[in-house]
Amino acid sequence: MPLNIVLAEDSPLLRDGLVSVVTRFGHRVSAAVGDADALIAAAHEHDPDIVITDVRMPPGNADDGLRAAVALRGHRPDLPILVLSQYIEQSYATHLLDLGSESGIGYLLKDRVSAVTHFASAVEQVAAGATVMDPEVVRQLLRRRQDPLRRLTPREREVLSLMAEGRSNAEIARDLYVTEAAVNKHVSSILQKLDLRLDGHGHRRVLAVLTYLRA
Amino acid sequence: MPSRTAWQALAQHPLGFLASAWPWRALAYLLSGVVFGAIAMVTLLTMAAAGLVSLIVGVGAVLLLAVALSGIVVTRIERGRLRLVDPDPAPDPHRAPERPGPRGWLETRLREPATWRELSFTAVSMTALWWMDLLVLAFALALPVLLMTSPVDDPGAWPWLVIGLCLLPAAPYTITAWAGARAALTRLILAPRDGELGRELTEVRASRARLVDAFDAERRRIERDLHDGAQQRLVSINVMLGLAGLDAEPGSPVARQLALAQDEVTLAVNELRELSRGVHPKALTDHGLAAAVDNLTTRSALPVAVDIRLPYRLPATVESTGYFVVAEALANATKHSRAARAEVHARLDADVLTLSVRDDGVGGADPAAGTGLVGLADRVAAADGRLRISSPAGGPTLLRVELPCR
Repeated sequence: MPLNIVLAEDSPLLRDGLVSVVTRFGHRVSAAVGDADALIAAAHEHDPDIVITDVRMPPGNADDGLRAAVALRGHRPDLPILVLSQYIEQSYATHLLDLGSESGIGYLLKDRVSAVTHFASAVEQVAAGATVMDPEVVRQLLRRRQDPLRRLTPREREVLSLMAEGRSNAEIARDLYVTEAAVNKHVSSILQKLDLRLDGHGHRRVLAVLTYLRA
Repeated sequence: MPSRTAWQALAQHPLGFLASAWPWRALAYLLSGVVFGAIAMVTLLTMAAAGLVSLIVGVGAVLLLAVALSGIVVTRIERGRLRLVDPDPAPDPHRAPERPGPRGWLETRLREPATWRELSFTAVSMTALWWMDLLVLAFALALPVLLMTSPVDDPGAWPWLVIGLCLLPAAPYTITAWAGARAALTRLILAPRDGELGRELTEVRASRARLVDAFDAERRRIERDLHDGAQQRLVSINVMLGLAGLDAEPGSPVARQLALAQDEVTLAVNELRELSRGVHPKALTDHGLAAAVDNLTTRSALPVAVDIRLPYRLPATVESTGYFVVAEALANATKHSRAARAEVHARLDADVLTLSVRDDGVGGADPAAGTGLVGLADRVAAADGRLRISSPAGGPTLLRVELPCR
């Protein structure tokens, strides 16, 4: 089903690129703006299925985009938000995760847009309510909590990283060329080792992992 | 080495001292002190009395004002006399008038603490100092002479002659010691205070701080240019390549070339990102020191425990200086120390940011060996702070920085 998208990016070149990618995958961009104030206005006007925004934007040229997203979320708590950043700043990702877990949240490096198929699928996942974290951010969070993770086998760490990116067991199985049953076994082993509760929803699983990792 | 002051001269060999010019200079200092003190006292008392009497006709006010300002003249002469026993110049504490003309001069002088300090010195000089000069001279010179001359008409009192003769060689010591003490007192009262010298000192410091600020601003600008310019363009190109890849026949040579091009551009974007982060971390501008150090340590190969608790955002110069100290210290610890872990700790106490970075490595960090530590020290010094390091061979290494936040 085509998504109704509002996106904000201050570089016109990249804004056009973003529009091209999502329209290429059959979605509709109802507004593509270049600053945080316009983003808030456009989101109120078009009631989008998902907001995609850059972090650093006018008017303040600081983290205005991120703050606009937080404000929009305050207004409509179920609005899916995908934040694109030039930086792997863990503080931004943490800030975003603090918004709550009941609907889609994404934090991706801008470079990921160029892997167009993956990017389009990330947009769709977030719009569907999943949590998608950039593998680079996940990697840093993993490194930070090295000690408890030592108990995991390398394979389990790999599976955990993919879980944190919001993949389902079936997708993980496909990515790692193993059976879904094997992935299931790994997942339950990870959750057990990290003392996490098992639950059926993909994004809750991610959130559980991330919450644990950044604690 | 020739003596620089009267007091230093006293420490010489007695023969050397007695043969030197110092006793004579001290004598000249005290004699001129008596003469000048007496003249100044008479003049100023007369002026004050005349001023008080004629106050009703208005002229008195001018005279009293002159008395109030008399310290400026008196102490200028005192500073000149000081050269007799203390060749170091005593700087004038007065500042240049803020406005030209006699009126501007008067306003500036009346508002300066130096003027009133000089007036009180004049009062001390008139009421005590020159009298004491006189007493010392009388005791040192007149007393022996009196003792020696009295026995002439009394043959039984000849021992007085001996005592007088013994006291005479002591006179240069007495005179020089008091001259030295009086000169030290004069210098103490009349020398410019820190605040009066401090204007120039503050100027220098401010220009150094401006340099650091300019340097930081430049770094931020470069980072922004990289981010807004080259990085965005490369990402856009990569997106175009990605879209073109969708149109290419899967597995065809074109698709392979496009994929290769995308890989290359991705590498370039990553390199550029690392570069711009090294130039100026964005989290520092947006979220402050704690967040920026947090981000830094998540990228560090060394496990780092961060404990930074600050009540509010610090001045930008302090934040960036603190950040680069931590970055450099952790880089050193990672590269050279063979440490297994490190700690970063920061607190704000009474307007001073105290930041320490500790590792459990092998120590032996030598400021003389690497330019890194010297560069850090320069940077910290330019922010008016202080950098100390303890790194005994065998470890551990502790680097501690104090940065004022005013």
